[in-house]
Amino acid sequence: MTADLALIWPELILTIGGLITLMLGTFAGDRNVGLYQLSSLLTLAAAAAAVVALFGIETTVFSGTLSVDSFGGFAKLLIYAASFVCIVIAPRFFNGGMRAEYPTLILFAALGMGIMASSRDLMTLYVGLELNSLAAYVLASFMRTDERSSEAGLKYFVLGALASGMLLYGISLLYGFSGTTDFAGIAKVLGGEMNIGLIFGIVFVLAGLGFKISAVPFHMWTPDVYEGAPTPVTTFFATAPKVAAMALMTRVVIDAMGPAVGAWQQIVIFLSLASIILGAVGAIGQKNIKRLLAYSSINNVGFMLIGLAAGTQQGVEAVLTYLLVYMVTTLGAFLVVLQLRDADGNYVESIPALAGLSQRRPGLAAAMAVFMLSLAGIPPLFGFWPKLLVFWAAVEANLVPLAVAGIVASVIGAFYYIAIIKTMYFDDKSDTEFPKGGGAIVEDAVITASALWLSVIGYLFIPVLAVLSASAAAVLF
Amino acid sequence: MSGFPILSLMLAVPAIAAIACLFVGDKASRFVALGATLATFVLGCILWANFDIGGAQWQFTERADLFGRFQWALGIDGMALMLIMLSVFLMPLCILASWDAIKQRVGLYMAMFLIMEVVMIGVFMAQDLLLFYIFFEAGLIPMYFIIGIWGGANRKYAAFKFFLYTLLGSVLMLIAMIAMIAEAGTTDIPMLLNYDFPVQMQTWLWLAFFASLAVKMPMWPVHTWLPDAHVQAPTAGSMILAGVLLKLGSYGFLRFMMPMFPDASGQLMWIVFALSMIAVVYTSLVALVQSDMKKLIAYSSVAHMAIVTAGLFAFNQQGIEGALIIMLSHGVVSAALFFCVGVIYDRLHTREIDRYGGLAVNMPAYALFFMLFTMASIGLPGTSGFVGEFLSLAGIYEASSWVAFVCTTGIILGAAYMLYLYRRVVFGELTKDDVKAMPDLNAREWTIMVPLAAVALWMGVYPESFLAPMRGDVTTVVARLAPAKPAGDAHLAAGKPKPAKAHGEAAHGSSHAGGVQ
Repeated sequence: MTADLALIWPELILTIGGLITLMLGTFAGDRNVGLYQLSSLLTLAAAAAAVVALFGIETTVFSGTLSVDSFGGFAKLLIYAASFVCIVIAPRFFNGGMRAEYPTLILFAALGMGIMASSRDLMTLYVGLELNSLAAYVLASFMRTDERSSEAGLKYFVLGALASGMLLYGISLLYGFSGTTDFAGIAKVLGGEMNIGLIFGIVFVLAGLGFKISAVPFHMWTPDVYEGAPTPVTTFFATAPKVAAMALMTRVVIDAMGPAVGAWQQIVIFLSLASIILGAVGAIGQKNIKRLLAYSSINNVGFMLIGLAAGTQQGVEAVLTYLLVYMVTTLGAFLVVLQLRDADGNYVESIPALAGLSQRRPGLAAAMAVFMLSLAGIPPLFGFWPKLLVFWAAVEANLVPLAVAGIVASVIGAFYYIAIIKTMYFDDKSDTEFPKGGGAIVEDAVITASALWLSVIGYLFIPVLAVLSASAAAVLF
Repeated sequence: MSGFPILSLMLAVPAIAAIACLFVGDKASRFVALGATLATFVLGCILWANFDIGGAQWQFTERADLFGRFQWALGIDGMALMLIMLSVFLMPLCILASWDAIKQRVGLYMAMFLIMEVVMIGVFMAQDLLLFYIFFEAGLIPMYFIIGIWGGANRKYAAFKFFLYTLLGSVLMLIAMIAMIAEAGTTDIPMLLNYDFPVQMQTWLWLAFFASLAVKMPMWPVHTWLPDAHVQAPTAGSMILAGVLLKLGSYGFLRFMMPMFPDASGQLMWIVFALSMIAVVYTSLVALVQSDMKKLIAYSSVAHMAIVTAGLFAFNQQGIEGALIIMLSHGVVSAALFFCVGVIYDRLHTREIDRYGGLAVNMPAYALFFMLFTMASIGLPGTSGFVGEFLSLAGIYEASSWVAFVCTTGIILGAAYMLYLYRRVVFGELTKDDVKAMPDLNAREWTIMVPLAAVALWMGVYPESFLAPMRGDVTTVVARLAPAKPAGDAHLAAGKPKPAKAHGEAAHGSSHAGGVQ
């Protein structure tokens, strides 16, 4: 038991750091933003360092319910990085309204997500998921006085609870028919004779997880929550939980359901194509940039699922690479949205107001253009690479029709991404002015760095990414 | 020259200049862009001078294993060399053509053109399948901006149509490329060129490539983006679009589809022939009734490209060499014609043919150049158009006399619409006051017209300069296609040459003998 504790340092650090941050907020007061922000950032950095220190160890702890491996490590690093950025950007957004609950909740959410990414038992899966979700519900309604924010929180909670119910129902069926909650044990049973109970279990578990990654048809909450939640929280939702849920889904599908390919592959293929197409079509009419990015995330999850549908190590590598690149792109795009304030300092979310942005803020518009083209997967931007990898995995796994359907649907998606560029570059200037906000050096630096990385420079990192994702994916096979 | 990465340098010069253009301000960016394109042109000339005709197939090769799954692999053969020369030759002229016409956001404009140049020559240099695809697709982005920002009234629609149309075609090619890499286990183009894909698979791969390249070409019936894009694009945008971008499609045919899938090419050549025949006649007729000058030339481009595809699929030396010469010739001539339109558009701001007339009176120099390029487009002997059309039609005739017959009809129609255009714009009474006030060519326009005219005549009078580097590559392709070549209906028989006196220079003809088998 004590030996096990030494292997979950990242989780311990987050727990203790989260509590310290909460105490600091309570006793030093919400005004001491610098203090509790610093403690939360240090916590995340220490947790990330612990993950790096544990890299290379492949084992399980607590009677095989939680794994310590490079797959979880890879996902945790992404999650911690996204959480870090989301804490950094918050004080400026809340503009005096910042409270210590925000970094605390993010830390606990990150803790839950870390557990999700490393769980190898249905119990730990559920514990991690709920720890993350509860923190997320509160975060969505963080601006208590704002109607949209409260609405977003409530919607997220109701639909999230429904999804948790479905997931639990699926878990109970899987447990009932296989007699174990252990992923490896379930895989053993699924390798034998299938029965209707197990199939229902698989379907319900995948439905519950589909909600968390906002795959169609479980995506309804996404646009509303993304639009209503405060922008830093939306940034958080669009990045870290996506990584965690996708990693969890990969683990469940490959580790626990691996032998029952016939049962889950069709479901994943359906989720994938439906998400790609609906994510693309739904985005076309959007007038709010946050809603548009919500549909964009649905669309991109669809592409990741193509890699998962392949069910091969190459496919999982593709998913991991995709998650990393998607996370960087999405963080960049939301940071650009955070910069869009009109002359009175109000946040502008309407897309028509962006007209002529390239003339008012050329750098910002250029960065946004890079993010949009990268999300669309147009080469030479780096967003092309993960898309290529997932299609490659699908072709190698003899899923050519899926690859063809996915790539043709990606053209529909390209339409709204280039429509944003049209608004920023081709349209005449709108009435909204976007004066440069002062004191956002960190944000500017993150935007610049991610835009540069997503332009051609990212290609130089392919060998490193390949090694990392391969070592992470190899754990599952 | 060996070992010096001249190809990478040719990519780096415009790439660095493009970044510089974004920061140096409007006025300076013009000079930066001109300087960079001229420097690249000089590098291109050095490349041509050092190219060893008859030497190794791939020269100036560079290889760096930068990207893990694929490589930074560059190298050129004769065909690529000529197309690179075409690109670097047109580029400074395009910059000059937009010197005064572009007044807004000049820095961004010049940057986009320089990126365009990087992408275009990158396509011809790439020796790695994925690298090729990246360059091939990347061209969409700068062109989207060029049409969308600096285009005409309906520019946004045209930019979207251009982008989505060509993207939809290209993505299918990507899947085919992945399948090829999975099958052959390499991304290296020279190795793939000699890999024998299973016949069944070839058909699918061929169709996927065809979907992409036919749109880029563009072939009937997927050509409709081209007239819109041309009409809306600024003059220099049209020049580069017609001059080089349209050649990417036919280059892809020759580089990938024909040598990599020879069996499928043999089986499916009827598709290409059928579409080409329809295109030649149909688009020529459409061109005849246009009232917009740019649209007319755009349709004529589609017709010319159809002769290119037919010539390529003749599967013999003359046909392919002729197609290549048409590509080069059309690159120069159509760019020149679009510039001719641009010259008078800058003065009167309309492309309506009826608004002009009688320009021969007040713009004699302009009328002279316009005539030269009109004749070159028609294919008058002595101009570049003739050489290409004659060679390719001779090749097509060997493969199928009916196709040759229909394609020749297109040439007659071509003469009709071009001469009709010329008559309406340049001849007739000079009645309109605003047309009377138009001044003749200025120094800058002379500077652009003269090199274009010189090359059009050079290619017409001594095409050997351009054919010599490409001959070996064409022979390689023809040899690769030979097993899959269907019998033609022409049944050529060798003539009985008269005694030696009448055929003094027998050596000259023999260089072509390889094609007549």
